[in-house]
Amino acid sequence: MSTPATPLLQVRDIRKTYGARIGCTDVNFDLYPGEVIGIVGESGSGKSTLLNCLAGHLAPDEGEILFDTRADGLKDTLKMSEPERRMLGRTDWAFVHQNARDGLRMGVSAGGNVGERLMAVGARHYGNIREQAIDWLDRVEIAEDRVDDRPGAFSGGMQQRLQIARNLVTGPRLVFMDEPTGGLDVSVQARLLDLLRGLVREMGLSAIIVTHDLAVVRLLADRLMVMKSGHVVEAGLTDQVLDDPQHGYTQLLVSSVLQV
Amino acid sequence: MISVRNVAKTFTLHNQGGAVIPVMEGADLEVAPGECVALTGSSGAGKSTLMRMIYGNYLAASGSIIVGDVDVATAEPREILKLRRETLGYVSQFLRVVPRVATLNVVAEPMLAVGMERSAAVSRARELLTRLRIPETLWELSPTTFSGGEQQRVNIARGFAHVFPAMLLDEPTASLDAANRATVLDLIDEAKARGAAIIGIFHDEEARARVADREIDVSRFTPRAA
Repeated sequence: MSTPATPLLQVRDIRKTYGARIGCTDVNFDLYPGEVIGIVGESGSGKSTLLNCLAGHLAPDEGEILFDTRADGLKDTLKMSEPERRMLGRTDWAFVHQNARDGLRMGVSAGGNVGERLMAVGARHYGNIREQAIDWLDRVEIAEDRVDDRPGAFSGGMQQRLQIARNLVTGPRLVFMDEPTGGLDVSVQARLLDLLRGLVREMGLSAIIVTHDLAVVRLLADRLMVMKSGHVVEAGLTDQVLDDPQHGYTQLLVSSVLQV
Repeated sequence: MISVRNVAKTFTLHNQGGAVIPVMEGADLEVAPGECVALTGSSGAGKSTLMRMIYGNYLAASGSIIVGDVDVATAEPREILKLRRETLGYVSQFLRVVPRVATLNVVAEPMLAVGMERSAAVSRARELLTRLRIPETLWELSPTTFSGGEQQRVNIARGFAHVFPAMLLDEPTASLDAANRATVLDLIDEAKARGAAIIGIFHDEEARARVADREIDVSRFTPRAA
């Protein structure tokens, strides 16, 4: 595997405030193709605010988010027009919500949930769409005979896998994930982690994963950013940050994890 | 191949009043291709600390750690990741894998990561697992449920799967029976013969005597004042 020379995403001086309160500030990093970066920190540390700013769900007060688009090269996503950004959200970007219900259409069948994203980028042939939907359901280990069921009839783990299928079917290059394994029991988490890791490698995806679970980032993320009170207090190679944390807060975070 | 120069290491304990503990200074070490150097010294002398600094999961306070053409002490994370994928292997005593992944895939993964074709990677994985006496009936199962010795052998198979030009071995023969221990020593000899530069920690003195060309006592890098 060669190491690509240009970052897929360049984040510069992102700042978001809620009135006098800082959501996140002075955030800078580059993400290269195929790289997975984890953002950890306790509740209220600004990690979700940052993720939502990056994904275009929130407008930051300051900063630049440069994405290497297929058609026009580097573009500041914050300066894109709304339709342009929405198109990006349907094609090259994907967002996996913590709560699968936020990312799924609950009134539409499993196959429809996956097919809908394909139709949004122009697929029209029903047979092909259904075939691709079934293929993706299989990749996330949902049996073909559940294709016509609605997500409401699925377990939490299955809903989460369905959400991942819906997001990845269009072959995005960058996936944002907000606590993708939160709220699932451990055996289901393991299955999901295995699935995500396989997909990341096979598809050469880049991903930004927000979580408070250090075990999840150790397995999934190449690099880590630790956030506290809206600031990135430490960043580096995942195992270096976890094994030899430099900042007091990271040391506290790492030493607070229960050993199993 | 591996060149450690004047490396120091300190730990700062922010949650204990910011106490700074110097644990190593003036560490120097050169390993040529085809050579195996054993780190020695009593428990706590810093063998694993030095090894982790070379692998990049501990940050060096100063000095340089050149592996191939990368200075691990100052490299960007993505340069270290590339180095670990292609150049620098690490076999620890403990297996850390995603639960639920089949043993065969665990072993094949490092080869797939450098772009080896799947069939070639799987056939080499099978060969290594056979040599390390992991019964074929276990290959499709996740190693997380295996015994300690089996996990260690899976870890060794994984570590030796890709032909790394530089390798770090942390107690590769600990808790293995005689036959498997001999296999591991053969694997180390073969890696040396193809030109790998190896740094190892071996509490097993016989094993050390057989594969190591030189020994370096890390206690001489212990800071005086401490």
